[in-house]
Amino acid sequence: MRAQFVLSEIGVGLRRNLTMTFAVVISVALSLALAGGALLANKQVDSMKGYWYDKVQVTIYMCNKGDAKSTPSCAKGAVTDDQKAQIKTDLEKLPIVEKVYYEDAEQAYKHYQEQFKSSPLASTITPDQMQENYRVKLKDPTKFTVVASAFQGRPGVQSVEDQRAVLKNLFSLLNGMTLAAYVVLAFMLTVAMLLIVNTVRVSAFSRRRETGIMRLVGASSFYIQMPFIMEAAFAGLVGAGLACGMLLGGRYFMIDSGLKLQEKIPLVSFLGWDSVVAVLPLVLLIGIVMPSIAAFIALRRYLKV
Amino acid sequence: MIRFDSVTKTYPKQNRPALRDVSLEIEKGEFVFLVGSSGSGKSTFLRLILREERTDTGVVHVLGKDLNRLSNWKVPQMRRQLGTVFQDFRLLPNKTVAENVAFALEVIGKARGTIRKTVPEVLDLVGLAGKEDRMPGELSGGEQQRVAIARAFVNRPMLLIADEPTGNLDPQTSVGIMRLLDRINRTGTTVVMATHDQNIVDQMRKRVIELEKGRLVRDQSRGVYGYQH
Repeated sequence: MRAQFVLSEIGVGLRRNLTMTFAVVISVALSLALAGGALLANKQVDSMKGYWYDKVQVTIYMCNKGDAKSTPSCAKGAVTDDQKAQIKTDLEKLPIVEKVYYEDAEQAYKHYQEQFKSSPLASTITPDQMQENYRVKLKDPTKFTVVASAFQGRPGVQSVEDQRAVLKNLFSLLNGMTLAAYVVLAFMLTVAMLLIVNTVRVSAFSRRRETGIMRLVGASSFYIQMPFIMEAAFAGLVGAGLACGMLLGGRYFMIDSGLKLQEKIPLVSFLGWDSVVAVLPLVLLIGIVMPSIAAFIALRRYLKV
Repeated sequence: MIRFDSVTKTYPKQNRPALRDVSLEIEKGEFVFLVGSSGSGKSTFLRLILREERTDTGVVHVLGKDLNRLSNWKVPQMRRQLGTVFQDFRLLPNKTVAENVAFALEVIGKARGTIRKTVPEVLDLVGLAGKEDRMPGELSGGEQQRVAIARAFVNRPMLLIADEPTGNLDPQTSVGIMRLLDRINRTGTTVVMATHDQNIVDQMRKRVIELEKGRLVRDQSRGVYGYQH
């Protein structure tokens, strides 16, 4: 394979189809940016769910020694072993309770560190600030109030929380946005594919003289098809590069600057740069492979070899 | 070199076969004229040799290979041992004479050094020395056909297929092209040439194969054109 020959062919082809190449680059960039964005939104939801979100509905926090002054329900001091045992027996007696997990302060600390590892909150918390708690899985997730009324205000119980209620609205918003992104993405992807097929068709037609001669003198089909596939791959790569820029820019604008979400919602652990950067190789790979495949399929139809 | 065994070829949606039960053999080093009116099957005959088409029944052997059994990815290798010339020259208008010839070597991955050495040699052979940097548009028809022949011959093929190479040329220029093809034939290259040019066939006195409505109707060594159209 003579690299220089192939490169000059690609250059000629791309310049000849400049407007079409632009269309391919832009549609690839937009669809990949959407794909990457949707992927990151999913990651964000997962990271916010933490360890317990999908497993339990209700959390009963016990008083620890630090809560005595700050929380009225814990005025009598930390929870005792008897109180804990009583709560556990009572929980298990409730017919709507399916399963009860006990999490001690040490485990709670570990899970907290995992969830907030990229947030400044992680380093300010120590294990003895964490509360022991019971995580309760209900047979019917909507019956939260039954548990809440039974255990709220008991000696040793700091609070009963329905954590899902806190995050539910945010999650449904994020999930809706992700879904919308996927729908738009599907359309954009179709457009990108059709554009690539059309570009290759025009390209193959405008170079039919060359490819005809190549066939006659015995150039391999690989050699004949390569410039077309590389053209598509190159346009895809440029589009993927733009998409990467959009993703990085998007994170910067939404979280650090512009919307400043991190400043406004400090309690949420937003995705770090590492998560965004981790998505980029995938975006680049799809950006190269997808147009190449589209071009290859188009060549089977429009270029006889 | 070339062998047809009871070859029949019908194109899709056509009732009459383009070639019907054609059997013949062309030896290494021969010069063969293929004559017949339009639609007689000459082009199909050549396309089968180039494996642009495949037979319905019967076998075509070229350079010792059964083309029906030759897998698609081996076809380019086979075509590298063939040179092809057409009535319409098929040169690339945006490349110079030398670049047009070099193109044939570039696209089969020949080394740059080889190309730099062979291209002037073959241009000299076809009588175009000194015109390497001209564009095809600046050349006469005869000269353009010489470029096409140079391109077909630069890889030193065993077999040269010419489809009416003089069809667009005046008689005097045609003679020059025939001299060139004859010279190439004398180097040992087999030449198969489809033509309508009565004078040329009659003058050259080479083997003549005549097709009519897809059938082989005449195969004559040292033959003449022989039919009126």
